[in-house]
Amino acid sequence: MGFLKVEDLKVHFPIKGGLFGRTLDYVRAVDGVSFTLEKGKTYGLVGESGSGKSTTGRAIIGLNHVTSGKVYFEDKEITGETKAKSDFRKDIQMIFQDPYSSLNPKKRVIDLVAEPIRNFEKLTRKEERIRVQELLELVGLNPESILKYPHEFSGGQRQRIGIARAIALKPKLIIADEPVSALDVSVQAQVLNFMKEIQDELDLTYLFISHDLGVIKHMCDHIGIMYKGRYVEEGSAKEIFENPQHIYTKRLVAAIPDIDPRKREEMKQFRAEVNTEYEQSYNDYFNEEGLAYGLKPISDTHLVALPEKG
Amino acid sequence: MWKFSVRRILIMIPQLFVLSLLIFVLAKMMPGDALSGQIDPNIDPERIEELRIEMGWYDPWHEQYASWVGGVMKGDFGMSFRFKMPVTELIGQRIVNSFWLSVATLILTYLIAIPLGITSGRYNDTFRDQLITGYSYVGFATPLFIFALVMLWIFGFQLQWFPTSGSVEPGMQPGTFDYFMSKFYHLLLPALSMALITTFSTILYLRNEIIDTKQKDFILLARSKGASESRVYNQHIFRNSLLPIAAFFGFEITGLIGGSIFIENIFGYPGMGQLLIESISLRDFSVVTATTLLFGVASILGALISDIILSLVDPRIRIK
Amino acid sequence: MAEKLLEIKNLKTSFRIKDDYFAAVDDVSLNVNKNEVLAIVGESGCGKSALAFSIMGLHTRAKMEGDILYKGENIVGISASKLNKLRGKHMGMIFQDPLTALNPLMIIGDQIGEALLLHNKELSKTQRKEKVINLLNKVGIPRAEYVYEQFPHELSGGMRQRVVIATAIANEPEILIADEPTTALDVTIQSQILDLIKDLKEDMNSGIVLITHDLGVVAEMADRVAVMYAGEIVEIAEVTTLFEEPLHPYTRSLFNSVPNASEEQDRLHVIQGIVPSLQNLPRNGCRFAPRIPWIDGSAHEAHPQLHEIKPGHFVRCTCYKHFHFPEEVRKEEEHHGVS
Repeated sequence: MGFLKVEDLKVHFPIKGGLFGRTLDYVRAVDGVSFTLEKGKTYGLVGESGSGKSTTGRAIIGLNHVTSGKVYFEDKEITGETKAKSDFRKDIQMIFQDPYSSLNPKKRVIDLVAEPIRNFEKLTRKEERIRVQELLELVGLNPESILKYPHEFSGGQRQRIGIARAIALKPKLIIADEPVSALDVSVQAQVLNFMKEIQDELDLTYLFISHDLGVIKHMCDHIGIMYKGRYVEEGSAKEIFENPQHIYTKRLVAAIPDIDPRKREEMKQFRAEVNTEYEQSYNDYFNEEGLAYGLKPISDTHLVALPEKG
Repeated sequence: MWKFSVRRILIMIPQLFVLSLLIFVLAKMMPGDALSGQIDPNIDPERIEELRIEMGWYDPWHEQYASWVGGVMKGDFGMSFRFKMPVTELIGQRIVNSFWLSVATLILTYLIAIPLGITSGRYNDTFRDQLITGYSYVGFATPLFIFALVMLWIFGFQLQWFPTSGSVEPGMQPGTFDYFMSKFYHLLLPALSMALITTFSTILYLRNEIIDTKQKDFILLARSKGASESRVYNQHIFRNSLLPIAAFFGFEITGLIGGSIFIENIFGYPGMGQLLIESISLRDFSVVTATTLLFGVASILGALISDIILSLVDPRIRIK
Repeated sequence: MAEKLLEIKNLKTSFRIKDDYFAAVDDVSLNVNKNEVLAIVGESGCGKSALAFSIMGLHTRAKMEGDILYKGENIVGISASKLNKLRGKHMGMIFQDPLTALNPLMIIGDQIGEALLLHNKELSKTQRKEKVINLLNKVGIPRAEYVYEQFPHELSGGMRQRVVIATAIANEPEILIADEPTTALDVTIQSQILDLIKDLKEDMNSGIVLITHDLGVVAEMADRVAVMYAGEIVEIAEVTTLFEEPLHPYTRSLFNSVPNASEEQDRLHVIQGIVPSLQNLPRNGCRFAPRIPWIDGSAHEAHPQLHEIKPGHFVRCTCYKHFHFPEEVRKEEEHHGVS
C-alpha cells in the first residue's frame, strides 16, 4: 500500500433552494477520485478553476467534509478525522495560496510558527524560542525576526513563514495548495527552489496543487489531471507532457504559451489541430453529462479516462 | 423575487414567537397581576383568590401564554393597572404619533445624510470632507438626550419658534388642514433633533461606501470608456454605494426606537416611548409588556423591510 | 518606418506619499506603432501598470510630467472633456480582473452600450442594441441576445473578460491597452482570449500595449518588448531578439527564474533581495545594482542611459557587458582555488 492512498473520494456540496431551503441538488466538487502518493515524491494535482483540485486537498486533511470514499495515510484510515490532536494532523500539513491572507496579521512570527508546536508538544518558552529560530533559519529567514509581524515581510518571505509553520512538527506530507500563484516570478523561483531543498533534507512528500503547468512540470514526478471533479488522466510528468492521451489533457498542454517567439505559427497550427480534435471527438471522451469516464490503464503508470468500449 | 419575500416573511414567524415568549416570561416575572391596584384592600383575600382562579392566574403557563397571544392577535393587550382602561385604547393615538415622528425623523435623516455623505465621499480628504466628518464625529460623541435638551431650550424656550410639548394644539378639529399643520409643527423639532444626531452613522457609512466604490475596477472601466466625472458618479458610483444604505434601513428603525424613548420624554410628545417610560415608573406592567412587544415587532419589521428593499435593488439577490 | 500612434517622451508619473512625490514611472520614452503589439514586462511594483494608467489618464491624484503624444498631439494635462473624447473612442483599455471590472448592477448590454452612447450620440436605441449584439458576437459570446440582458455575476470569468474586451473595442480604437488581460484566467481560456486580441488587432490595425509579467504570453503575442524595472525601461527589443539575446541583467534573471515547460532545470535562478518599494527606489545610478551585488560597482554607469546596441535594441547601463550569474562565479572561484 502507498504512503497516502485516496480511494474513490467524493465531496458533494448541497445546493439549497426553494421556499424552505431544501437541498435541491448537489455540486459534485470531487466525484470519485483515487490516487496514491509515493513517499518522498511530489505528486501534482492539476486542473482549471472549479475542477475540484483544491477541494480534494482540503478533504484529505479534513477541512472539507468527505461525502464518501476513503483516505489512508501510512495504511491507517484517516477519512473524516476532524479531531485536532489526531496523530496524522502532525504528519500532514498544508501550505496555502495567499501569503497575505493566510497569516493572522495580529500575531508575531514566533506565535505563528509555534502555534502548531503548542498544540502537540509541551515546550518551555526557551525551548520553543530556540525551535522557532531554528525553523526560521531553515527557511532562510533571519532568526532575529521572531518578534516581527507578517506585514513587515515581503510576499516571498511570508510564504516562507507559512512553510516554517507547516514544517514545524516535522511532517511527512505537505499539501501545497497553489503555493506560488500569488507571487512574482523571481519570488516564485525562490519558494520553489526552497521547497525542493527541504524535500531532500526532511524527506518530505508533496501533494502539489496548481493550475500552472510550467510549475507543475518543474516540481512533480507524477501528475493527475482533474476536470469537473473527476480524473481525466494520470501519469508520470513525462507521460503527461510528452504523450498526453485524453483530449482534455492535450488541450491543456497545447494552451501553455511557448517561450520561443519563433514557434508562434507552429503553436497556432498545433492548437487549431487540437481544437478541431477536441470538437470532433468530444463525445468519445465525455459522457452525456460532459463528465469524464473511469480511468483505464494504458501502461503501468499511465491511466486515461476512456469509455468502456475502449 | 416573491419567492424570496415569502421565505423572508416565513422566517419572521419563529422570530415573533421567540419575542412574544420572551416578553411573556418577563411579564410573568414582574410583581403584580391584573388585579393589583384595582381592588380595594378591604376585599376579602379569599374573594381575590377566587377572582384570580377565574381569570386563569393558576392555569398552566402554556395555556396562559396561548390566551395572552390570542388576545394580542385580536388587539387585546389587557387592562392598564393605573388608568383602568384597555391598553389598546391607551396605545391607539400614541402609536400614530410615534409613527409620524419616526417617518419625519427618517426623512430628515436621509435628507441630511445623502447629500452630506455623497459630498464627503466624492471629495474625500478635502476641506469640505473634513467639515462633514467633523460634524459626524461631533454627532457621534454627543449624547442624544443632552442635544435634545439644548435644542428644546434654544428653539423652544429662548426663541420660541417651536412648541415645547404635546403633539397638537389643544382644541383643533381633527381632519382640518390646521390640525394637520399643527401636528407637523409639533413633531418638527423633536424629529430634527433626533435626525441631526442619528444621521452621523449614515453619513459616515455612505462616505466609506463611496470611497470604496470609487476605487473599484468598474469605475476605471467607465472612465476608460470616456464617461465624464458626473456620469461616472451618477451612473456607476451612487447606485452601488446607496445599496448598502438600503440594507442599513432596518438598523435605522431599531435605532429610532431607542432614540424616540428619550426624545418623546424630553419634548413631552405623547408617543410610545413616553408611554413606556411613564408606565415603567408607574409600575403599569401590562402597558410595559404591550409597548415592549410592539417595539420588538417594529424592529423585526424593519429588518424585513431592508431585506426586501435590498432584494429589489440588487440583481445578485433578486435572481436567487 | 512604422506609423507612430503614440509617442511617449520622458514621462514621469509620481504619487504622493505623505508629503513627497515618488515617481512610479520615471523618465520613460516609448513609441507605439500602428498594427503592433508592444509588450511591457516586469514584476509587480516595476511601474508597468502605472504606465498603462498614465496613458489612459486614469490616475486622478498623480503628478504627471513629460509628453504623451497621440498622433502628434500632447494628451498630458489636457482638459477632462478633451480626454473623455479620446478615451473609449481612440483608446480602449482591458483590465486584469474581469470579476471586478464590470458594474454589478448594470446589465451587460448597457455597459457595452455606454461606450457607444458616449461617442456616438446619433445612434438610436435600437441601432445601439444591434451594434452591441454584433460586438458580443465578434468577441465570441454565444447567445448574444440573451447575454445582452444578463448581469455580470451570471457570466463566467472568461465570458466577462470578453465583455470587457467588447467594451474596449466598441468604437474600434486605434490604441488598445491590455493590463494583464489573462492573469486571472485559466490557461485554456487564456489562449482563447489571446487569440481574440490578436484577431482584433489584425481586424482594426490597432496598436496594442500589452502589460504582463508572463514571458510565455509575451513570446506568443508581442512584436516588440520593453522590460521595466523600478520605474525605468531597462531593455527594449524586437521579440525574437529579446528572447534569443537578452542583455540586461534583469531581463536575463527573469528568463532564468521562470520554470520552463519545455526545458528541464533542477534549480531556478533567484534574484537576490526584493523589488524595492516606491519610497525606497534607488534613484541614483543603476537601479538594479543592489540586486546583483557580486558585480563590481565600476561596471555600472554613474547615470545609466539606454544604449542602442543594434538598431532597435536598447539596453540601460553598461553593467550588461560584465554580467554573469553567481553560479558562474562559484565555478570561476573553484577554478582559481578560492573557497
